[in-house]
Amino acid sequence: MSKLYYSATHEYANVEGNIAFVGITDYAQHQLGNVVYVDMPEEGDEVTAGEEFGAVESVKAASDLISPVTGTVLEVNEALEENPRLVNEDPMANWIIKVEITDPASLEQLMDKEAYDKMIAE
Amino acid sequence: MPELKTTPLHSRHVAAGALMSPFAGFDMPIQYSSIEEEHKAVRTACGVFDVSHMGEVNVSGPAAEAFVNYIFSNDITGAPIGQVFYGMMLNGSGGVVDDLLVYKRADDSFLLVINASNIAKDVAWIESHADGFDVEIDNLSDQLAEIALQGPESERVMSEVLGINVADLKFYTFREELLDGRHILVSRTGYTGEDGFEIYGPADAIASYWDALMESGRVKPCGLGCRDTLRFEVGLPLYGNELTDEITPVEACLSMFVKTDKPDFIGRQAIVDQKTAGPARKLVGLRMEGRAIPRHGYEVTDTEGNVIGVVTTGYRGISLDESIAAALVATELTAKDTRVMVRIRNKVWPATVTSRKFYNKSYKK
Repeated sequence: MSKLYYSATHEYANVEGNIAFVGITDYAQHQLGNVVYVDMPEEGDEVTAGEEFGAVESVKAASDLISPVTGTVLEVNEALEENPRLVNEDPMANWIIKVEITDPASLEQLMDKEAYDKMIAE
Repeated sequence: MPELKTTPLHSRHVAAGALMSPFAGFDMPIQYSSIEEEHKAVRTACGVFDVSHMGEVNVSGPAAEAFVNYIFSNDITGAPIGQVFYGMMLNGSGGVVDDLLVYKRADDSFLLVINASNIAKDVAWIESHADGFDVEIDNLSDQLAEIALQGPESERVMSEVLGINVADLKFYTFREELLDGRHILVSRTGYTGEDGFEIYGPADAIASYWDALMESGRVKPCGLGCRDTLRFEVGLPLYGNELTDEITPVEACLSMFVKTDKPDFIGRQAIVDQKTAGPARKLVGLRMEGRAIPRHGYEVTDTEGNVIGVVTTGYRGISLDESIAAALVATELTAKDTRVMVRIRNKVWPATVTSRKFYNKSYKK
């Protein structure tokens, strides 16, 4: 069974065991508008909770992607290279990176769905 | 943070659900539907922009022509009434205080249309150089509203929806008229590379035109987002990006708007000197290899990694499916097809020098 975590900077981590699928929330893709480019790290790169690992860009602007977890990038979603708009269509199915979590404590800083929904409603 | 100003059309933007954002001290619409859709509407049909944030300064009096010629780079000497000029106010080093339009309303009266972000700076600049000139300077920025109707359908929409016949109005000319008891100014000008018109007038007149245009269903309301992508694609400069107090028109490849052969004006000597010596840097276009998007302020390097310039504006293209930019680059690396690199976050991406005009203008002259 997977569990969803959210960051205050609008990334999610869909966690199953020690694996996290990381992407941006539906709220974030709405705010951005049409995504025209996703700047992703490479397989094997280390990511750190709270630190930038790439960017997601609309016509107008680039927004940094902040990693919700600490770990190693196992896979990047290559489909986004050709078709970045998939992030708008279904941001949960179209995760950006798959991470092997090396520091499970990094999850403790994140919100659950209820807390996140409350934050964006404010 | 000081409170944002609003234009007379602000409540209409909000009611229509436009995405609003601060720009030059105003709360302005960035997009109504999407930047791409609005951009395409202007290229293929007609879009309307609220540009009431723009500043207007009237210079009048016996010495008005001499004074405007002294602070403005283009040459307005003996021009016909109804002529519009594009040019810059330069500082003593040849840097650009602002780029602007000058409207010749009468032999002794000129309207200067300036960037919203520069209104306070420009008014202070203009006033501080008026000593010895018999002129009156009136800042009309808070009294005049303005909309821009842009795109190939604009001429028909002007006449059929607004009842303003502009078939006889030539490119870069204007006329003033009394329409339904309200004094308006209409010019065949714009900032998109398409045929189009700009209408200046009191808030109630401009608001009634906006409403009529919306009701007609023939015009797409557009935000500042596509105003920027449209002007960028055809190589028009934006103050703060391609032009600043530190960038000269020679560097920005706009020398044709600086008439060094007219009587002395502020910045003239610096421009003559720079033209003689040749500028150390010049504005070019860049085409990226790959999708990564260059943005304002990103470093440009040579293939060895030495910093040789900076991106002034960059986008994922709308009319063309490529990442493109304008950049100020060391002159020795500005030849067409030169390979350079752009630093985007922690990576460098290859790019090729090209023309700044990524899309051809289609003015009706």
